[in-house]
Amino acid sequence: MSQIPNNLKYTKTHEWVRVEKDGTITVGITDHAQEALGDLVFVELPETGRTLAQDEACAVVESVKAASDIYAPVTGTVVEANGAVADAPETINRDAYEAWLFKMKPTNAANLDSLLDADAYAQESA
Amino acid sequence: MLKKTFLNAEHNVLGARMVDFGGWEMPVNYGSQVDEHHAVRRDAGMFDVSHMVVFDVRGKDARTFLRYALANNIDKLQDVGRAFYTCFLNERGGVIDDMIVYFLDDFLFRVVLNAGTADKDIALLEALRTRQESEVTFERRDDLGILAVQGPNAATLLWKVLPEVKENAGALAPFHAIIDGDYFIARTGYTGEDGFEIIAPHETIKTLWQDLLEARVKPCGLGARDTLRLEAGMALYGQEMDEAVTPLEAGLGWTVDLKSKRDFIGKEALLAQKPIRRFVGLLLLEAGGVLRAHQIVHTKYGDGEITSGTFSPTLNQSIALARVPSAVEDGATVEVSVRNKRLAARVVKPPFARHGKILVEPVKS
Repeated sequence: MSQIPNNLKYTKTHEWVRVEKDGTITVGITDHAQEALGDLVFVELPETGRTLAQDEACAVVESVKAASDIYAPVTGTVVEANGAVADAPETINRDAYEAWLFKMKPTNAANLDSLLDADAYAQESA
Repeated sequence: MLKKTFLNAEHNVLGARMVDFGGWEMPVNYGSQVDEHHAVRRDAGMFDVSHMVVFDVRGKDARTFLRYALANNIDKLQDVGRAFYTCFLNERGGVIDDMIVYFLDDFLFRVVLNAGTADKDIALLEALRTRQESEVTFERRDDLGILAVQGPNAATLLWKVLPEVKENAGALAPFHAIIDGDYFIARTGYTGEDGFEIIAPHETIKTLWQDLLEARVKPCGLGARDTLRLEAGMALYGQEMDEAVTPLEAGLGWTVDLKSKRDFIGKEALLAQKPIRRFVGLLLLEAGGVLRAHQIVHTKYGDGEITSGTFSPTLNQSIALARVPSAVEDGATVEVSVRNKRLAARVVKPPFARHGKILVEPVKS
């Protein structure tokens, strides 16, 4: 069974979202997603400062088997991209919730209400 | 409803990730596909390939029948136990299927067909038999399973669990097979490593699977099988070739005998063909993604296309097999469209890796 921590939010497209105290969000792919993709070998991240619309394709992860787009969970601006994960994509396989991809500052906090909680995501990914 | 091999429960016990492969529910990986790949290059791994179809062709005119049916010349198989790789072509020279044929005795040839094409192959062979008024008999051996045990330590580990078979099969040369009791043992494979393909009744294969697991042979899925065969430069039916592609454009010219007087299905078309594309390997020279099937290859002589691409665990770089305009030379730098970018790649002669060794010049970093 894949891990779905209760303290995170989720999207139907298998991103996880952590809402930080300063109002920014941290985004990664779920354990379910890394397991389905298998050994990850390439990550392409959005540039810092880029403005994204909710559900916009903004990053790519590729495993030995397949490529998969990553979608912006909310509308907002990219404030940081995790260069370490781009250098070592396999860290996502080791711990998908530790190896985050990028951080965003949401334009509209109400966007966060459209995200799934752990129970809803568990159903979505079953 | 997907078909399952008799080892399905064994795969599930090991936590395999199962996928639909040509109508069969097959393990794509058990844990890390890359670890499975390395196990085969460095040690030993095993693959359930029982979805493939064992097909026996019997009778006094079996050789005559296959001489015309197959693109490779069955007369190359003169010693009992000898095997070869061949394509089965249509009249246009397109590939209906590819297969290994084993010469077992003067009245028996064993053919191993791809799972997704076997029904079509058999229907066409039956029609050919009628047209030729041949008396060969066909037997589809669904009572048998196939286990591939591959890797530099495959022989040591296989003989450890099958000491009674070692006596007869221990000295088996590559592309040779032997029957010993319930076991058909062939020194063939699809990984570019030493190894065996073992054909036997379901229960016998089940026992062998358990014994090999205990001997620490790593179970490997179709994911590793694909990266291994790609590194080894081996064609996969449906990717490198199909009914619209001839062996001459799929890097399989060496398997087609056009020199002898022998007639065979597709010969006329192949003789008339002037191939304008050739089959090459590509090595990605920069970061930016992974080469994949159907990506366009831009060359100064026109566009080509990737037929199979992946990340190579042995080279730690993306590699591909591709068809490009014939004028493109080995060593040339080309560009591949990967999403919205064009990435540089070097044209190389496959294979990329076999027998644990890298065979192409690595990318300078």
